[in-house]
Amino acid sequence: MVRRVAVVDSDLCVGCGSCMLACNRRFAEVGYGKTAIHIRSAGGIERGFVVIVCRACKNPPCAKVCPEDALLPRDGGGVRLLPNKCIGCGYCVEACPFGAILWDEEVDKPVICTYCGYCVEYCPYGVIEMREVS
Amino acid sequence: MAVKLPVNLARVLYVDLTRKRSWVEDRRDLIEEYLGGVGLAVALAREEGVERADPLGPENSVVFAVGPFNGAYPMGSKTVAVFRSPLTGNLGESYAGGRSSLAIKFAGYQAIVIRGASESPVYVAVHEDEVKFRDASALWGMSSSETVGRVIREREPNPGFRTIMRIGLAGERLVRFACVVTETYRHFGRLGLGAIFGAKRLKALVVSGRRSLEVPDRRGYREVYDELYELSTKSNLMRKYHDLGTPMNVLPLNEIGALPTKNLKSGRFERADGISGEHMAENYLIRRAACSGCPVACIHLAGIREPYPHEKYFYKTTVVSYDYEPTYSLGSMLGVGDAKWLLRLIHEVERVGLDAMSTGVALAWATEALERGLVREEDTIVKLRWGDAEAYRRAISLLVEQPNDFYSALAQGVERASQIYGGSEFAMAFGGNEMPGYHTGPAAHIGFLIGGRHSHLDNAGYSYDQKRAELPDPEQVVDDLMAEEAWRMVLNSLVVCLFARGIYRPEVVSKALAPLGIRRSVEDLRELSWRIYRERMRLKVDAGFDPSRLRVPDRIFETPSPHGLISPDYVQRALEHYRQRLKDICSP
Repeated sequence: MVRRVAVVDSDLCVGCGSCMLACNRRFAEVGYGKTAIHIRSAGGIERGFVVIVCRACKNPPCAKVCPEDALLPRDGGGVRLLPNKCIGCGYCVEACPFGAILWDEEVDKPVICTYCGYCVEYCPYGVIEMREVS
Repeated sequence: MAVKLPVNLARVLYVDLTRKRSWVEDRRDLIEEYLGGVGLAVALAREEGVERADPLGPENSVVFAVGPFNGAYPMGSKTVAVFRSPLTGNLGESYAGGRSSLAIKFAGYQAIVIRGASESPVYVAVHEDEVKFRDASALWGMSSSETVGRVIREREPNPGFRTIMRIGLAGERLVRFACVVTETYRHFGRLGLGAIFGAKRLKALVVSGRRSLEVPDRRGYREVYDELYELSTKSNLMRKYHDLGTPMNVLPLNEIGALPTKNLKSGRFERADGISGEHMAENYLIRRAACSGCPVACIHLAGIREPYPHEKYFYKTTVVSYDYEPTYSLGSMLGVGDAKWLLRLIHEVERVGLDAMSTGVALAWATEALERGLVREEDTIVKLRWGDAEAYRRAISLLVEQPNDFYSALAQGVERASQIYGGSEFAMAFGGNEMPGYHTGPAAHIGFLIGGRHSHLDNAGYSYDQKRAELPDPEQVVDDLMAEEAWRMVLNSLVVCLFARGIYRPEVVSKALAPLGIRRSVEDLRELSWRIYRERMRLKVDAGFDPSRLRVPDRIFETPSPHGLISPDYVQRALEHYRQRLKDICSP
């Protein structure tokens, strides 16, 4: 069984962005440029927040559209990015129906969740958790 | 491909509204000297010559600045704005959270300087290196600042990574205490930044960015981050500001007789229960929200369900952010003890983009002036009576419309209005800025008077009063408050939320700066705090601040505080000492 980041209840989210900053801090950098998790308001803060994570699809559309096979489907669900193969075409971004693939402008390649769960450790309100892919 | 920038940014973006041009300058010189935030903003404002500017003229530049802790550490969530205030005529300094500081930082800037004025309404959109001047003629005159936010939200990219600072009608109509609203519920509230935007015909400033910035000591950075995250989430801060939020203060302050009520005729409000933090949370709270980079989430949103008058079983829910300060100023100060009506008043102030504190105090003065016959009902147009929230809601619109001389005067602040109509003894402004919600004792009022922005957050005199059964000599109070204010210059240069002041002690700040490549000992920071304090107060004095002309409204001596009746002599001695010290500090 493999695990992924799952949203427990997006209504618990306060929009602090600690998870995004944590994801970026995997590289010991300060910012949002390398985050794989995305929090935004649902059309204004009064409507609450949208928590966008990679759902680790069993049959991932992002991998299907990759012309270079740079997104390797993982056994049990999800994908792994092979950066040397990636040509930065951005098809994967468009293919993901959740908008869960952000772009790393610096290297001009997608940011793909590694299912490490580092962001979960920094969510103060239990919005996200690590869960086995069902 | 984007260029990699260091976390300790030195880039300052200049935006010239007159010529519709923008450029970036490397200001390593100033960053190295002042860290960022208020230290940097004051230095840049001095270069701009704001102290000589007409506050509403094109020559009054606005400086927004962030600092080394924004984005880097928890609760590093504020942006400072420095300008010449159209309300007081001298130093304008205002802080806001929301998404502002991380958006500016991750767009790659430590500061943004707004110069000049546009001929026709514009909004400026900064998306990292791209700066666009967009026509805002169609947005000018819209009745709600919320709708303006909504329109821009749809039109601009990068949701979640951006700030949308905008003004409402109050800013357009140059009300001297108009605010700039950001992310619908946070504000550069005090001292009239909204009027400056209005005068510049700048409807909004959008900034977005999602850069990743390089840290010199990567391992050290993650370690320090973890310590600070632990401190900010495990400390009682979370409980205090998250659970009930700042309105938790209503009942305790009322109990000790420190809750300004009906223009401070009293320190106790008989209907405080109806607007308490507990009552609001139990009956109206629907959501909490946070500023970017702050796990505490102190923003409390209430929902009020309103029926449509012409259709049965049809409702709309309006979401309103409530905090202690608007609860005091639009609640107890006006005798409004009904939560629903309080929320309606806050919503109205939010829609038109006024500073909630100044608005409440201005209307409280107007109510008493009417009561005493200094002004007539034909001046106020509506009959202002304590607790009559419906009348106050209309008066808020009138403040923006300014249909007669009275409202034009009131729109310049209570200081100015009382000079024209009388009643200065109960015009509750200090240094020209309407008072915050604390009648805790002499230190609170001394703090308002001597603070650089005449705010309770300058030096926390309200807390000084509450922590002591007996106060020392007034000279000592002034020395202590000035020391507190000086240290806050460092916090405001970082720029952390002042709710985090208990975490960011000098030794912690020194340690947390190191991995970011900034070496400052605790002594260095102390020295820096006074240097920034001096530069800031010099700017204030050069802009026209005269400490010998500080007016103390008699009302504070008439209404008993938790420290008993405040003695005028005590306050005068404090001011005497302050004048001397300020002179010593500011002299070359």
